[in-house]
Formats: sequence, C-alpha cells, structure tokens
Amino acid sequence: MGMAAESQFHVLAVDDSIIERKLIERLLKTSSYQVTTVDSGTKALEFLGLHQDETINPNTPSVSPNNHQEVEVNLVITDYCMPGMTGYDLLKKVKESSSLRNIPVVIMSSENVPSKITRCLEEGAEEFLLKPVRLSDLNKLRPHMLRTKLRDHNQKQEKQEEKTAFQSPKQQKIEQNLQQQQQQCNTNKRGHR
Amino acid sequence: MDLVQLQRQLVDYKTSLYNEGFLDEQFTQLQELQDENNPDFVVEVVSLFFEDSERLLNELTKALEQQSVDFKRVDAHVHQLKGSSSSIGAQRVQKVCIAFRNYCEEQNIEGCVKCLQQVRHEYSLVKTKLESMFQLQQQILSAGGSIPM
Repeated sequence: MGMAAESQFHVLAVDDSIIERKLIERLLKTSSYQVTTVDSGTKALEFLGLHQDETINPNTPSVSPNNHQEVEVNLVITDYCMPGMTGYDLLKKVKESSSLRNIPVVIMSSENVPSKITRCLEEGAEEFLLKPVRLSDLNKLRPHMLRTKLRDHNQKQEKQEEKTAFQSPKQQKIEQNLQQQQQQCNTNKRGHR
Repeated sequence: MDLVQLQRQLVDYKTSLYNEGFLDEQFTQLQELQDENNPDFVVEVVSLFFEDSERLLNELTKALEQQSVDFKRVDAHVHQLKGSSSSIGAQRVQKVCIAFRNYCEEQNIEGCVKCLQQVRHEYSLVKTKLESMFQLQQQILSAGGSIPM
C-alpha cells in the first residue's frame, strides 16, 4: 500500500492581511492541521504547482498526471476580497484545473452578501465562512478533507486494479517497480523537509 | 501594590474595556488561542494590528488630501481597517469604519474627513488601553503571578 501515515491534513490559507494570516494559522494549528499561509491567489496557485498555461514541467518525473503538486494540500481556505486575484477567481482556477479540482475550497468573507455566497457555492466552494472565523467554524472542514482523501485513495485503488486486470505478468512487474520507485521518491522528498 | 491587588486591577480593567465597548467577544477568542506553546500570541497579533492600522491611517490621510479624491481607494483602505479591527475585537474602531464606508459610497468628502478623525481617535484610545493592559499583565508575570482570564 505504502501510503505514509499522514495523520495531519495540510491546509493552504490565503489572505492578503497579515493579521488574518496570523489568526487563521493559529486557528488551524490549534485544530491540529498543518498550515501554509500565502498572501495572494497567485502565490497560492504557484504553491499548488499550477503553472499559468497548465503545461507539464519537463523537470518533474511524469509518472502520472496526478503528481503536479510538489506538496499535498488537502484544503484551500481563502479570503474573498483580495487585490488582484480575488478568492472567487482563485476558486474558479482551482476548479477548472484537472489536477487541482478535487481539492476542497472554503471561502471566508467579512461581508454577508447572499448573492456572493451563492456564486461561490455554485462554483464549487464547500463552505462559506463569515469572518471573524472561529474554532468552531473549522470543525466543518474535516469532513471535506476526509471525504476527498478517501475518494482519491479509492480511485487510485480502482485504477490500479483495472490496470493489473489487463496486464501480462511481465507488465505487472514493471508497473510494480515503477510504483516502488515513485514511492521511494516521495519518501525521500518527505525526508528532506 | 501586591500581586493580588494587581490581579484584581487587571480583571477590573479588562471588564471596563468590554463594558465601554472598546473590546468585544472576538478579543476573548484571541485569548483562548493563547497557550503555553504560544504565550505571546495576543501581544503579537495586537502588535501587527497596531502597525497595520498606522499604515492604513497614513494612507487614508494621503488619499483624502488629494485634489480629486479616489473614493474607491479610500474605501479599500477602510475595508481593510474594518476587517483587522473586527478580527482583534476592537469594536469601537470597527463601528467607525462602518460609518466611514457609507460616506465613501456616498462620495461625501466631509463625512469621510470627519470619520477619519474619529477613527484616529478611537484607534489611539484602544491602543493606549491595550498597552496599559499588557503592562499590567507584565507586572503580574514579573511578580511571579499568573494572568487571570
């Protein structure tokens, strides 16, 4: 199986305000999440490994299209009102990306505007939180991350089973070796953090 | 003043800040996020708020001094100040920001200038009070006591 025992979910928090970033970081860490904060939508996309034109970086080992991300992010939580790329723009870009669309996105806003909320939810946001965000609000996040992780895991399992069903024993062996190498690669990456 | 008296003074002081609307529930939330592993969390966030607010107040002053005022720009700054004051529980500052934004929408220069004065005043009040509170806390800690929450 080889999935490293990640008991911690990793959340990427996006907000242009340094005070908000500090607050959300503390809230998330108190809830036992790993946190990375960035101050713009552009930086968020960079962190998620999404290049502007969605081309595959020739330097990354292209074993499978799911390995665009350098670091696994289990949820993105973003402020709505930001200069340049708004939280809504960021949400759209994530949901339009084949490699990122499964990552749950949560929007935060200080303004309770029903039309804004509807727009975000229709675009695929899992939750819309009103600021100031509280610890109790963050309890809503875990189910989304669990569900996504389970779904991803099951999808990978299914894909693997499909593949091996139609492969010759020789092909299966090659596939196995490739997987082991990839796992080794991932383990090494983790070890370097 | 002995330790118990200091602690009493702190509790009374804090209570008055809440009663007078300087601080609200959100400040309590901040305190609850502080623990032994993050003992300076509240002071750190509040310090960031002070820095950020001063920057915004300067920007607002400049923006309102322009020949032709860019109300969108003014509103953007007030929006930020409203957000950060709300996040730390500085209720009176937040309230002035709400009125301020209304004047921006109406493109009412006089109203905006008045609000800027008011928000500066409220900011300076809450800053002084928080600093006094932190000083009191520090005295208690130095005397070997713990902060009553």
